[in-house]
Amino acid sequence: MRLGSGTFAVCCVAIEVLGVAIFLRGFFPAPVRSSSRPEHQAEPPAPEPLAGASSNWTTLPPPLFSKVVIVLIDALRDDFVFGSKGVKFMPYTTYLVEKGSSHSFVAEAKPPTVTMPRIKALMTGSLPGFVDVIRNLNSPALLEDNVIRQAKAAGRRIIFYGDETWVKLFPKHFVEYDGTTSFFVSDYTEVDNNITRHLEKVLKREDWDMLILHYLGLDHIGHVSGPHSPLIGSKLSEMDNILMRIHTALLSKEREALLPSLLVLCGDHGMSEAGSHGASSTEEVNTPLVLISSAFGRKPGDVRRPKHVQQTDLAATLAVGLGLPIPKNSVGRLLFPVVEGKPMREQLRFLHLNTVQLSKLLQENVPLYEKDPGFEQFKMSERLHGNWIKLYLEEKGSEVLLNLGMKVLRQYLDALQTLSLSLSRQVAQYDIYSMAVGAVLVLEVLSLLLLSVPKALGPAAELDVPLSSPLFSLLFCLTLLVLSAVHVVVCTSAESTCYFCSVPWLVASGAVLLMAALLCAIVSAVSKTGVSTKHAGKNLAPSSSQWSELDLLILLGTAGHVLSLGASSFIEEEHQTWYFLVSTLCLALCQQVYRSHFLGNKEDPQCSSYADPGLKLALPTQRDRAKGCAVLQDNGAHVATSAFEQLGDAERWMALASPWAVLCCCRLLRALNQTGVQGAHRPDLGHWLTSSDHKAALSVLAALSLLTIFLLVQRRCSPMSKVALALGLLGVYCYRAAIGNVMSPWQRGNKDISKGIIEARFVYVFVLGVLFTGTRDLLRAQAAAAGTRARPVGLWEIHSGLVLLAALLLRPHNLPVLVSSLLVQTLMAKFVWKPLSHDAAEVTVAHYWFGQAFFFFQGNSNNIATVDISAGFVGLGHYVEVPAAFLTTFATYVGPILWASHLVNYLSSEAGSRSSLRHACFCYALVGSIPVSAYIILVTSLRYHLFIWSVFSPKLLYEGMHLLITAAVCIFFTAMDQTKLMNS
Amino acid sequence: MKDTDIKRLLYAHLLCIFSVILSTFIPSLFLENFSILETHLIWLCICSVFVTVVNLVLYSVVKPNTPSKRSSLTHKVARFLKCCIYFLVSCFSFHVIFVLYGAPLIELVLETFLFAVILSTFTTMPCLCLLGPNIKAWLRVFSRNGVTSIWENSLQITTISSFVGSWLGALPIPLDWERPWQVWPISCTLGATFGYVAGLAISPLWIYWNRKQLTYKNN
Ligand SMILES: [Zn+2]
Ligand SMILES: [Zn+2]
Repeated sequence: MRLGSGTFAVCCVAIEVLGVAIFLRGFFPAPVRSSSRPEHQAEPPAPEPLAGASSNWTTLPPPLFSKVVIVLIDALRDDFVFGSKGVKFMPYTTYLVEKGSSHSFVAEAKPPTVTMPRIKALMTGSLPGFVDVIRNLNSPALLEDNVIRQAKAAGRRIIFYGDETWVKLFPKHFVEYDGTTSFFVSDYTEVDNNITRHLEKVLKREDWDMLILHYLGLDHIGHVSGPHSPLIGSKLSEMDNILMRIHTALLSKEREALLPSLLVLCGDHGMSEAGSHGASSTEEVNTPLVLISSAFGRKPGDVRRPKHVQQTDLAATLAVGLGLPIPKNSVGRLLFPVVEGKPMREQLRFLHLNTVQLSKLLQENVPLYEKDPGFEQFKMSERLHGNWIKLYLEEKGSEVLLNLGMKVLRQYLDALQTLSLSLSRQVAQYDIYSMAVGAVLVLEVLSLLLLSVPKALGPAAELDVPLSSPLFSLLFCLTLLVLSAVHVVVCTSAESTCYFCSVPWLVASGAVLLMAALLCAIVSAVSKTGVSTKHAGKNLAPSSSQWSELDLLILLGTAGHVLSLGASSFIEEEHQTWYFLVSTLCLALCQQVYRSHFLGNKEDPQCSSYADPGLKLALPTQRDRAKGCAVLQDNGAHVATSAFEQLGDAERWMALASPWAVLCCCRLLRALNQTGVQGAHRPDLGHWLTSSDHKAALSVLAALSLLTIFLLVQRRCSPMSKVALALGLLGVYCYRAAIGNVMSPWQRGNKDISKGIIEARFVYVFVLGVLFTGTRDLLRAQAAAAGTRARPVGLWEIHSGLVLLAALLLRPHNLPVLVSSLLVQTLMAKFVWKPLSHDAAEVTVAHYWFGQAFFFFQGNSNNIATVDISAGFVGLGHYVEVPAAFLTTFATYVGPILWASHLVNYLSSEAGSRSSLRHACFCYALVGSIPVSAYIILVTSLRYHLFIWSVFSPKLLYEGMHLLITAAVCIFFTAMDQTKLMNS
Repeated sequence: MKDTDIKRLLYAHLLCIFSVILSTFIPSLFLENFSILETHLIWLCICSVFVTVVNLVLYSVVKPNTPSKRSSLTHKVARFLKCCIYFLVSCFSFHVIFVLYGAPLIELVLETFLFAVILSTFTTMPCLCLLGPNIKAWLRVFSRNGVTSIWENSLQITTISSFVGSWLGALPIPLDWERPWQVWPISCTLGATFGYVAGLAISPLWIYWNRKQLTYKNN
């Protein structure tokens, strides 16, 4: 079967997406889970062990506290409470921590330090998988066993005020709630006042057992102005006041109650020095945890450094404190100081319950649990405990009993620590089989792509895909047999918990079939190229020296980028790689332009390569150059110079200046958004613009940018879409004015900040209108044989629709990025690609590089925290999953998408290039899939690296997403190619 | 081309390499606390002066290029001034390119400029010595087969290897090893120096190796 290279590339990328999906599923381990569903929780609590008999204490111990108040302050870092800031701004809390009856800890949050997984960890005690980060955008109800569910089942009345995430996680769990959205990150007073205004009434009332408050203001301040902002101090004082109010109210109530109450102050995650969170730096991970209750003994003058505990420990502690069963999936251990004041028998009982729960979890998740040291310690301490109970029932209150009890206690604490540790480690188990299946698929596709390069980039741009080659049917059957045997063996072995085994067998067999078929295709491709090189050995030899310096740079750059992915700092600073490559590309183009200018118009066709400073490439050997020179003279350089000579004087000057203009543009954009890790804290223009003092400058800049966008885009549109574009861009400004980002000329004062829903939807209408006009023009061009002029217009209109959408979604300080991308595209297309007549492959790779660079210019990085989630809410009143995910993805990948769509425009507006779109599609697929495939191998070999969770895993998610975008782009390319074919 | 020519070239290049090596050792005899990394700027100045002097002496002694016909004093002075201007222009344009590549604009201006100076010393200076302030000749030497002598050929190789060296020198900057040599522009200047030295070492060998294939129009 003959396939166009574009269609072939689309098929390959589709298979690759499947492979990466399987790999990702295997790489991000399923979290530790108890097998029993939370629905049937009739399970009785473990009875107290008693040597030789059974104890009569089989019920759960009674609660320790009557009322629990949890004050969760988002992004509360440990030094905000325990450090100098705490002393200065939180005097009451500091007093409680140092002299009051309280226990304070530093609770370590596990990365990803994002709010929703942290709330889950606090309430379930389990470690949410990394994939939960993605679901942070869309928090479905928490199905796991957790403290809130247990409390509700036990008839406790829970009241909640604060971040809406809780209401979504625990629907119908609260008797009363008021959720505030974290929609406006710039608002840090209203969100908190919304919570505090309820306090007065609630603290007077008696009809609740648990009160949860989640304050968002501190987090918002952090995001907007960082941890050293003066706003932090006043916010901390506000929080301190609130804590004091709650504490005094609780104390005054305690006099009537039988049991004391508990006040918990905690944070969900910290705040990095740049003010964001999501990664695993010490500042983001360490949060304070202060438990305040009159049940705890006072400790006058005891100012020790707070102990480090895990964030997951709170769930077990809360459950014990409320007299509830410990959540089944909790990997945390009871914070022992909380029960220290109780009689020995109760202390041991609490510890026993916790140990039993952890060992159960271990039994269900570790196949060889009996060999686990923690389990052995558990058995031992349980035996000792039984003996102690026996002794205790015989004689009470002797010194020996107390000493023996202490020994049992220590045994228990050791067992708890070991169990908790081995369970936490369990989360980092990889599903190697699924990873292998995914990696094999991806690598097979990549080698197939690489093997078909000569054919696919040939003049015909067509490939022979052998579907039923009898020669290889035997090989196919054999591989199929071997692979299915492997599958059966792996999946039937005792301790397999592979994802790939749990998929329906139809899907699994499909994947196995695909693997075998791809292998055969590779073998046949290899043998074919072997034959063809033998046949035409002499003819093919000189073709290798046709490479220009640009090709060499492209090859070296791609290889260098792939290699750089192996180092964590290069991943953190990937933007530097792309900026560097793009600058070098510009200088190489500059060199080509100058060569054509100075040497192109000489009489004798002198073979010329002016080695410009910019072209800092390995020197090809003299012989190769001499040989390549002749070839280049024939096809490449001669054409290039002749096309260059057709330019007029002014255009020639523009051509000479444009690489420098592009370089300057890129240099300016670098200063706009500092990204990465090392440079993130440096001052940049973006922060300067977004600060409230420079709102006027931002407004002017945004207006100018929108105007420039209009001027750049409108020239190739039809009149109707011109009007739509103008109105749409006006709507963008109105939207930004409505939500208070920029000043509006017709409204004074920014009191009436709205969500700007009407304005945003107004723009959406025009986006859809422009896209619709473009599609209509395309279809019309196809229907009419002579409609060749309508086709580029239609394509350009689709491009301008995307630009309009990008203008709406990008934050106003990023509009210059959009402007310069349009400017650079225009300059390059007009004065560099066309006059020098680069071939489709070179132009494609250059566009890909620019797309990557603009991805980072926009302020993105390989860290999850830099994703601008607010783009997903533009024009939506509340969270709707599908549009929000689409909008966020589009806003994040604006750079690559716009450059790809410009590429389609450029290639199809060029006359007489029948196969260029196919070549472009193939090249795009190739350069997009090389990094992904290499990265999969790298990440597999680095899976025990220290930075695997903080650096390599987010990058893997980015790579997966990028592959998806690449697939979409390739499909678009091929669709355009098909319509063009039908047209001609 | 004779083997003696290549031998002369080799000796000349060895002298250049020697001058680079000397520039790292001689100053430590006179200056306290001198080391390449800590007193990097001083080293840069000294190295560039050394290399310049050695190049000037070498090319005036060896005289590989045919001397110009007019050799009046005013002509010589004009030529010298022109060379100086060319050198300065090359320094400034390198500086601009570095800034475009992402070097800080305001901080570390002196460092960046000295890097531009040393790169000019390695590349522009030999060109000026050998070809004089003659853009046409430069273009000829750096186009594909426009070289007319082994001197020009070796000039081509050392220039390109210096550029490649400084380009590669920028790569380790983002790594988080926190070594003193990762600071801008130390790794780049070191890369340029290594590239220059490597080019000096390689070019005679390479020319010797390919002496059969190399044919020059004038020879
Ligand atoms: Zn948070
Ligand atoms: Zn946040």
